[in-house]
Amino acid sequence: MSQATVRIPAPLRGFTGGAAEVAARGGSVREVLRSVGAAHEGLERQILNESGEVREFVNLFLGDQNIRSLAGLDSPVEEGAVIHIVPAVAGGAS
Amino acid sequence: MREDLGRLAVLHHPQETCGLLVGRASDSLVEVVQFASARNLNRERAHDRYLLDPEDFLRADREARREALEIVGIWHSHPDSPARPSSTDLRLAWAGYSYLIISTSGQAARDFRSWRLTDDHFEEERLEEEDPTP
Repeated sequence: MSQATVRIPAPLRGFTGGAAEVAARGGSVREVLRSVGAAHEGLERQILNESGEVREFVNLFLGDQNIRSLAGLDSPVEEGAVIHIVPAVAGGAS
Repeated sequence: MREDLGRLAVLHHPQETCGLLVGRASDSLVEVVQFASARNLNRERAHDRYLLDPEDFLRADREARREALEIVGIWHSHPDSPARPSSTDLRLAWAGYSYLIISTSGQAARDFRSWRLTDDHFEEERLEEEDPTP
């Protein structure tokens, strides 16, 4: 189990009491998110859908890498890793 | 900053372009100190849709934090369309950000309006630009 930091974007800080970063432990991204979710009610549901997969409009970066290009939620987390929750930002004139 | 943003938006006309607003936010005030550009990944409908490259979001977030700032909003252009949120903008918006929309023609940035998601609708924010002259 590794100690990791999870960066929280502004739209989700209501679930962390305003904190922009939270610490969590886990051997994989999934485990880290579960740990974060246990400490901050409602946050995990914003990131993962009912099937436990990453929601379409959320990106998770492990360091510089989008986990979609790694092993997804099973990506191993090393000690000191930083996981960024990056909201998918989209829209348009029509 | 408005001029720089406007030039950038017009440069990409008639395609939509986008980026991040960086600064400080409190309950009553959003102070935009700088902006960052981002790639529009929606190539098929770039004329009326944008998808901000998440890698650019990550980079802007890291640079902001180095300066004790944070991402406070999103800017994007509406080529030949009003600077008002569309139903698509509404459907895909995140609460907690300012959304600056720049209406462009081929020659100029015509209008700048900022919006914030409140419950299920957008409310317009008042824009003020600080006079840079001492």
